[in-house]
Amino acid sequence: EKVAFEEAMGAALGGARSMVTMKHVGLNVAADPFMVFPYAGTNAGFVALVADDPGMYSSQNEQDSRYFAKVAKVPILGPADAAEARRFTAAAFELSERFGTPVMLRSTTRLAHTRSRVEPGERREAERQPFSRQVSQYAIPVYARFRRVELEEKLALLREFAEEFQGNVVEEGSSQIGVVTHGIPYQYVKEVCPAATVLKLGMLYPLPRRRLEEFCRRFDTVFVVEESEGFVEQELASFGINNVIGKVRFTNIGELSADLVAAGLTGAPVRPDFSTDVAILPRPPVLCAGCPHRGVFNVLKKLGVLVTGDIGCYTLGCLPPYEAMHTTFCMGASIGNATGFSRAGEERVVAVIGDSTFLHSGLPGLMSAVYNRVPTTMVLLDNGTTGMTGHQAHPGTGHTLKGDAAPAVDYEALIRATGVQHVVVVDPWDLESTERAIRAGLAHSGPAAIIARRHCRLLPVEKAEQRTPYSVVVDECIVCEECMEAGCPALVWEDDGPRIREWECVGCSLCAQLCPADAIVAAGVA
Amino acid sequence: MPVTNVLIAGVGGQGAILASELLAMAAMAAGHDVKQGEFHGVAQRGGSVFSHVRFGERVHSPMAPRGSVDYLLALEQLEALRYAHFVKPGGTVLVNEHRVEPIRVADERPYPENATGFLEQRGFHVLVLDATGTARELGNHRAANAVLLGALAELLDLPADTWERTLEHRIPGQLLELNRRAFAAGRAALTRA
Repeated sequence: EKVAFEEAMGAALGGARSMVTMKHVGLNVAADPFMVFPYAGTNAGFVALVADDPGMYSSQNEQDSRYFAKVAKVPILGPADAAEARRFTAAAFELSERFGTPVMLRSTTRLAHTRSRVEPGERREAERQPFSRQVSQYAIPVYARFRRVELEEKLALLREFAEEFQGNVVEEGSSQIGVVTHGIPYQYVKEVCPAATVLKLGMLYPLPRRRLEEFCRRFDTVFVVEESEGFVEQELASFGINNVIGKVRFTNIGELSADLVAAGLTGAPVRPDFSTDVAILPRPPVLCAGCPHRGVFNVLKKLGVLVTGDIGCYTLGCLPPYEAMHTTFCMGASIGNATGFSRAGEERVVAVIGDSTFLHSGLPGLMSAVYNRVPTTMVLLDNGTTGMTGHQAHPGTGHTLKGDAAPAVDYEALIRATGVQHVVVVDPWDLESTERAIRAGLAHSGPAAIIARRHCRLLPVEKAEQRTPYSVVVDECIVCEECMEAGCPALVWEDDGPRIREWECVGCSLCAQLCPADAIVAAGVA
Repeated sequence: MPVTNVLIAGVGGQGAILASELLAMAAMAAGHDVKQGEFHGVAQRGGSVFSHVRFGERVHSPMAPRGSVDYLLALEQLEALRYAHFVKPGGTVLVNEHRVEPIRVADERPYPENATGFLEQRGFHVLVLDATGTARELGNHRAANAVLLGALAELLDLPADTWERTLEHRIPGQLLELNRRAFAAGRAALTRA
């Protein structure tokens, strides 16, 4: 994200309209340029599309990026549906160019994972704006002090702009019910309380103070319906507008819904699910049948080592039956965490990190371990793709996001270049050699890297591969349950023992390797 | 015209999201305002997945409120139970007989035995199909989503040719014929039922 942000920044300074996209935690990584860029301001339009994840559907924290933009003094536009996302994107570029400021376009999971009608607009080609080499605009503190003053002046202009921005609209309704809202919660308000008079904000920072004052004066109390923190509510309070009901009724935890908004507006309870009447068992995601990560976690569990994890499908290694990943925080954390555990005195620690995450932010941690002479052991899960998020290409895959050929990072050479001397490549479908390699890595006196290399099972190249599925020879089975340690979705427990759903089995043989009675064989062999 | 609410639920990898995309596209092609909102979790496979499709003259929320869903399509029995509270009183639950045991995380209770009976007792109109079995007979169990979608098409008032065009547009060539047949089988199953 930092690199992407800086490239988009460079492109915008160089005169081309540029957009960079990321989620909330990505903005943390890109925070450094994000905070400094507004001082210089942009040349051509620059828009950062940032999506928050209320409810943590696929994140490990909830974070409200509106605050981030406020800290950076960057204006925010926040669309409420797909059609508005298109319009606001165009508006964000215009805003960016009019004021020479980066602009945040803020989305959330619910908006991002929505499909709805969009009418395409007219495409207009933007002329490239030449860059002027005014050093005083872009460098060193002595100049930045002038920019600091200008930043406040720009913000004052943006406050005026907010008053007239057409994306802030009042939808007239009942004179009794006033609501200030924006984004997806606006849709919930319209759904459950179509009668309300609504001030729908399209610009979330700076807010249109005079319009808000005028609106809130019309009602005894105004509902402020917003997801995550009470950002708008707090801004209103800072304007001296206090006749509002906000977070006291609409939780700051998790995602709002039409039901929660209805409950907040009326006090009516939310209809419960049927979990008190019937066993609605939780269904967490699982590693796929044939997933190459499974072999590694089997070995790590067997070795009983402490495992620091990272961000990818392999975070599922923390769930039964493996329970062989003990921490997961953020991109690249596994290696630094493992080094820290070692320094705290933990004897056997293994960092587990995927290929795309390693390239994103694993390398600095590895270099630090080498440089500081800490014998950190790293298992690099190289499945040749970015599995969890949908198989995006990365610098190790040998092709670009658009599918064009590209040089592929040579992991062995890269890791050796940092000074790691113990680098071993294994096939994670082979339990014995995987165990041997990890044991050797742990025994090595310096930092060690084990590259567990096998493609993600969901890549087309893998799906095309036909392997014989395995099956259980029921007469040979001793019902020891060892195979269930594979945690494979193709393995199911029937009344009298394990069975393999042949149509799910991809023939990785892991369960057969775990079976002490040789009762699992390739179908057709028995 | 009132908004029609459909919720499609299943296990990651069963094609709940694709089915909902097809429905959303067919509804849009038929001239409706449409919103589709979905949840799929952190990994590619195995978790609980749902997708709401809402269409009518004007749709606001991409997710239907609880107690407002007209049709719940469940590709798996336990997932039918998980989202049944979204169904309106007397609403329809189309459920695939198929069961997928979840991995056990801090819940040792057995898989619920009579999920469809439970839903009937609660006053829902329950239609049970062996969509996975039907799809397997047609050549690939993964087409169960198309079987259920075909059954839903029988209940909805969307023109047949929009469905046909939507399938053609969205399903890759080598899988189109399978999905067509699965879709037709779902329709036929409901006509018989």
